[in-house]
Amino acid sequence: MYEKNGEQYFVVDAHQHFWDASPANWVKGQEQYAKGWIECFHAYMGLGPPETHWPLEKFMKYSEEDYVKDVFEDGHIDAAILQSTYLKEWYTEGFNTAERNARMVEKFPDKLRVNGRFDPREGEAGLKQLEEDAKRYNLKGVKVYTAEWYKGSRGWKLSDSQAQMFLDKCKELGIKNVHAHKGPTIWPLDKDAFDVKDIDIAATSNPELNFIVEHVGLPRIEDFCFMATQEPNVYAGLAVVIGGLMHARPRFFNKVMGELLFWVGEDKMLFGSDYGIWEPQWQVEGFIDWTMPDTEEYSDYPHPTTETKKKIMGLNAAKLYDIEVPAELQLKNGGTPAAKEDAQLVESA
Amino acid sequence: MTRERVIDALAEVYDPELDEPITRLGFVTSCEVSTHGDVDVVLRLPTPQCAPNFAFLMAADAREVVRRLPEVRDVTIKLEDHYTGEEINAAVARGDGFTGAFPGETVDDDLGALRELFLRKALVARESRLCEALLNHGATPEEVAARRLEDLPEDLPDAQRCIELRRRLGLPVHPAAPAFVLPSGEPVPAAELKRWLRTARLVRMSLEVNGGMCRSLMQIRHGVAIEDPEEVLR
Repeated sequence: MYEKNGEQYFVVDAHQHFWDASPANWVKGQEQYAKGWIECFHAYMGLGPPETHWPLEKFMKYSEEDYVKDVFEDGHIDAAILQSTYLKEWYTEGFNTAERNARMVEKFPDKLRVNGRFDPREGEAGLKQLEEDAKRYNLKGVKVYTAEWYKGSRGWKLSDSQAQMFLDKCKELGIKNVHAHKGPTIWPLDKDAFDVKDIDIAATSNPELNFIVEHVGLPRIEDFCFMATQEPNVYAGLAVVIGGLMHARPRFFNKVMGELLFWVGEDKMLFGSDYGIWEPQWQVEGFIDWTMPDTEEYSDYPHPTTETKKKIMGLNAAKLYDIEVPAELQLKNGGTPAAKEDAQLVESA
Repeated sequence: MTRERVIDALAEVYDPELDEPITRLGFVTSCEVSTHGDVDVVLRLPTPQCAPNFAFLMAADAREVVRRLPEVRDVTIKLEDHYTGEEINAAVARGDGFTGAFPGETVDDDLGALRELFLRKALVARESRLCEALLNHGATPEEVAARRLEDLPEDLPDAQRCIELRRRLGLPVHPAAPAFVLPSGEPVPAAELKRWLRTARLVRMSLEVNGGMCRSLMQIRHGVAIEDPEEVLR
């Protein structure tokens, strides 16, 4: 719980990692990729305030003690979703597997949840694995990387018929949140890996699932906004938006948030720190302090209220993940629905 | 052949995703011209994982603009610090298309559709800046929508930049053509102008934010400080 100016915020971090990218975990012959990947992540950390930067060695593998301090002690986080990222082509034990995340969840069962993953190209074996993972980790969500390499294939789409089998399996297993990484990626080649059209189709065909687009489709935020404004079950995952822009590019941050509030709306935006890329503390505190400047440049954008921030910081994610929110931290009078009429006035481009 | 002329030529190469010249983004690491007219250009991008298709387009375009210069003998383009640098460099040196760089992994040799998609986004972004400038100068939406290309003030750099892009996209560029057009080439109707601007501004913001992110990463990874896009583009 975070308190500022007499207001209390229940904070859910919907996008965190607990990875091991240390050299001991690099696949032989793939060292340059394993090293390049984590060094690139490390550069992103540089977009945060200097006093929050870590040396590369710590960044490659941070400890449980680091996690507890950064997230729970200093980070104001009440609950968090640990996302799983495998990248086993480069990392022997995986970069950040559900298994590794689950070890953390075991220590903080009241606060943490782990998300699983699937890859439709794994076929029957993948379905079986998803079933096992769902039982073992009590999955309520998965994270998928549609641009990931797999045996010569350079990516897949959520609208593929093979993917639909996995989405059906999700429903059967009680997994209702599908986080899709549509953001900076590794190997899209001629396919545009940021393309969100597949989400559009999958969201329409699967209204009982929620689709959280991580990194709001950056660098294709416009395509994401035009799509999300039409789909009631598509959400904006703010990882990278807050961490990558709020400190480094505050004017752009205002505009990106303004556009998201306009097109997607405050009921469908979820805070995610992307820890360990960025520590949550400065992001939570900075976001609660953030206001849309009262100048002509931003006059067309919705201005966030305390209620807006309470939703984005935790209440929206708590709803998706059935996380219990103490009565005193809920919105008074149940809150007011966000104004949607503005965005509806504008047809999609 | 002087280094300055080569740099000037390289300024015609744009990052398709950002609609900015690679010279302004700090992507040209070095450029050397020998007394015999051999040109060596080294390029770098914000991350080693920047999408290979766009990386290829920039490297191939760089070779093309330099080769067109008179008195140039041999051109070597080297994309450094990139996952697929070797493949891209070898294909560009041979004058191959994208399939030459990644045989068996792609069938899209000239990346034409990708290039066109981003030229269209760039046009929307340029038009939105132009439209905002006119509205800020006090024009009404009706007046703005009625503008023809010949009515555009010459002191707005985006006016000329819009015309150049329209020419490349095969959209009308005659003086009496409407100044603000939809992707189809149809004029933006006055009643729709505000709505259109709302979407166009989002496209523009996307390009500019991506440019900002790239600049920040260039600074962090390579220590190069590059002027702010918002200042440049205004």
